Amino acid sequence: MAFRGAEHTIGVMSKIRASLLAVLMIAIGPAALAAGPIVEQRTPEEAARIAAVTAPTGDFTRPEPFEALPGGAATSRKPVNGNAFSHASANMSFERELDFKIGNGLFKRLWVSSPSSTTSADGLGPLFNARSCQRCHLKDGRGHPPAHAGDSAVSMFLRLSVPPQDAAQRAALASGRLSVIPEPTYGTQLQDLAIKGHKAEGRMTIRHEELPVTLADGTVVTLQRPVYGIADLGYGPLHPNVMLSPRVAPPMIGLGLLEAVLEAEIESWADPEDADGDGISGRVNRVWDDATQAPALGRFGWKAGQPSLAQQSAHAIHGDIGLSAPSLPTPGGDCTAVQRACLEAPNGNSPQHDGVEASGEMMQLITFYSRNLAVPARRDLDDPQVLAGKQVFYESGCIACHRPKFVTRRDSLGEEQSFQLIWPYSDLLLHDMGEGLADGRPEAQASGREWRTAPLWGIGLTETVNGHTRFLHDGRARNLLEAILWHGGEAEAARQKVVALSKEQRDALLAFLRSL
Amino acid sequence: MKMMQTAALAAALAVAPLAAPLTASAAEVEKQAVLKTYADIAHAGYEDSLITARSLQQAVDSLIASPSDQTLAAAREAWIAARVPYQQTEVYRFGNAVVDDWEGKVNAWPLDEGLIDYVDEASYGSESDENPIYTANVIANEKLNVNGQMVDASTIDKALLAEVLHEAEEVEANVATGYHAIEFLLWGQDLNGTGPGAGNRPATDFSTANCTHGNCDRRAAYLKAATDLLIDDLEEMVALWAPGGEARNGLLSGDADAGLIAMLTGMGSLSYGELAGERIKLGLMLHDPEEEHDCFSDNTHFSHYYDQQGVINVYTGSYTRVDGSVVSGPSLSNLVAAKDGSVDRELRDKLTATKAAMTAMVERAQKGEAYDQMIGEGNAEGNAVIEAVVQGLTDQTRSIERAVAVLDLSAIEFEGSDSLDNPQAVFQ
Repeated sequence: MAFRGAEHTIGVMSKIRASLLAVLMIAIGPAALAAGPIVEQRTPEEAARIAAVTAPTGDFTRPEPFEALPGGAATSRKPVNGNAFSHASANMSFERELDFKIGNGLFKRLWVSSPSSTTSADGLGPLFNARSCQRCHLKDGRGHPPAHAGDSAVSMFLRLSVPPQDAAQRAALASGRLSVIPEPTYGTQLQDLAIKGHKAEGRMTIRHEELPVTLADGTVVTLQRPVYGIADLGYGPLHPNVMLSPRVAPPMIGLGLLEAVLEAEIESWADPEDADGDGISGRVNRVWDDATQAPALGRFGWKAGQPSLAQQSAHAIHGDIGLSAPSLPTPGGDCTAVQRACLEAPNGNSPQHDGVEASGEMMQLITFYSRNLAVPARRDLDDPQVLAGKQVFYESGCIACHRPKFVTRRDSLGEEQSFQLIWPYSDLLLHDMGEGLADGRPEAQASGREWRTAPLWGIGLTETVNGHTRFLHDGRARNLLEAILWHGGEAEAARQKVVALSKEQRDALLAFLRSL
Repeated sequence: MKMMQTAALAAALAVAPLAAPLTASAAEVEKQAVLKTYADIAHAGYEDSLITARSLQQAVDSLIASPSDQTLAAAREAWIAARVPYQQTEVYRFGNAVVDDWEGKVNAWPLDEGLIDYVDEASYGSESDENPIYTANVIANEKLNVNGQMVDASTIDKALLAEVLHEAEEVEANVATGYHAIEFLLWGQDLNGTGPGAGNRPATDFSTANCTHGNCDRRAAYLKAATDLLIDDLEEMVALWAPGGEARNGLLSGDADAGLIAMLTGMGSLSYGELAGERIKLGLMLHDPEEEHDCFSDNTHFSHYYDQQGVINVYTGSYTRVDGSVVSGPSLSNLVAAKDGSVDRELRDKLTATKAAMTAMVERAQKGEAYDQMIGEGNAEGNAVIEAVVQGLTDQTRSIERAVAVLDLSAIEFEGSDSLDNPQAVFQ
């Protein structure tokens, strides 16, 4: 099976890594290797050019150069409709379009339980959240909580874990090998579905408490605070100290570009002790990299819990669909040792698929697809109200975390992502977001109050693509204003500024966000 | 010499001031003529699709009026005939946003057939599932839970199919309309895996007197509504390409190079990403009979074959209609040949080679080994036949790229005509 394009690029990458590692080994010895970032050398001229183009603007009278294309040359300029998040990087060659389309086919693919007549597509579950990738990443966009009681069409689930129970578990967390200690019976997430003959683990329940917020102009916004529970437990009681973290499926656009932001650059924005005293710390998450068997910078997921798209994809297919993959070869997915029937169920591991259910080739194609979903072009960026809103966004301090723009590395994993000026509005760092948003569930270095700055690109198309405007990690915000008002902790000062805005300024701010 | 040339040119201009456009605008006119051929073929193709869909409608009416093996066979035959012109229009999808936006109603695939009618539980599964209306079975249920809301489905009509069920809950596999929904109703599930045989729905599934599988009146209503909807949708597309139609006007009044890019994008994207990739190679890689475009009827070989014929039609500017008449005119091939004869020859040869590989696939299917068997695990010979098709499509795409270069279009973004009005700078 040909997968020339990406293999070639990966080959080049591993050579670059290998030679850099060799240099590092000589220079600082193997002990420092684990945390050693791969640094791309930029000439002083290039660094200066990049610094100039990525400096935040102070001119709000007109759009900036290149601002219309938030994904650089990879930006999609296709019509703005329900498919706006489903296009390939615009700078992709025909040659690679084949792999993108096959990846799309795999992304949509409905998996079936084993045994079945098709050895190639079986292995679902036994416990699962979805039968296909696309079922949660609806239209490659943003998931949502149940619209109302009885709505089973959800695209979110509960992550589960417990605090460390003994020295061995504490050591596993300290070494970075584990990001969380799984709930002993239910594992790291609640699978609300199961194949025939198996019990689902349970059902997420949500009730809401109302939380009124009065803005400076007297407007009252009533936030809905969700309170989560689990009903219909299928495998006995939960651990008394279980920690729940609700997560909606995040949009799939621009992920490859985020993967191509230099580690050193992300690290340079971190200010864990708030040395500059601006009230904003910003920390890097360090998570286990299955490929290198060492800690690495976390980039993906609501708490930056995954270091790469390859690993993110493998963990999702393993935990959410219940498939084995080369890096996670257990066919039972998130089955725990006490879920015996789950472990003993027939599986779809087969020799022609590398001894697993989702072969190396399938994973490579799914990863390639995930890397190349294009960010749509901006709309209305020269509209006076949008420009005014941009000024409010900048001057309220939002850009301290929602960093507007970067230039990606040249030696990116995919050629489409190489050296692009991108506008994700995120620093990819963890920030304390206050008690209101806290899930109380640490993940690797991220505390129970910290979340990764969510990229904002494409956020204004959520309604067009997904038919809703539910935001934040659990979709609690019912519109963009509610999402802003949920910010706290390090974002409290910025939030206060938004609360104090006149209606005109607030409307402008929201118009700017909708143009992203 | 120079003086003489200038004098001759002046004389020529003096003699025929209106008839001698400058060289550049002469090329422009030629491009316009090529675009006109393209629009004419689109119009004829959609008109043929409509004509054959009306025959299908008649056959469906007869089936519903008197269900029998004969009337069912006639309806199936009419469906297969309707696919011949329609598949030749698929090349218009990519590069023409107006077609791409519309296409999902007519040719969406794959579909979760359990949404529509009864399915075999052993192979389909009925477990509590991620697609809540995966086994909703509209035909058997007068009330449906869609997005947690109870929907009244007591009357099966065009509005229920198009507005409530199609892509319900944002799940693209909830296909309620179009050719493949009709195909499922005419054939039923193909339960033969990679073994021989297509779907085998009995005619009595539509019989109110001797009804099999229940709800035959509702099944007939569904088939009727889906077929009528197909006619409506095709009428819309015919009008868009008719003289004065929006798609034709948009193409002919816009930038000529943008139009040529739309043509070549359609050829390239259908050949490579869509056909070679998503529709063929994925199934071959997985050896999965479900990864078959016309899976209920086992008509996939023809579906692919006529897609390729559509690519050839666009390049050569010639389309043979279902009545045997030919629509033709100045072509992309003429334009490329004028610039570089070898590139034109190469692309023609590649298109022919792919057609030959497709023909081998069709002949194998006609000898009794269906497409889903050809992609089956362990069928080395069948796999090779399909792999040759993929190879042909890949090769022809490389030549399409060369044609783009020869026509000096490669400097323009090769992603879609919609992006061409507004070329924006990129930081480099």
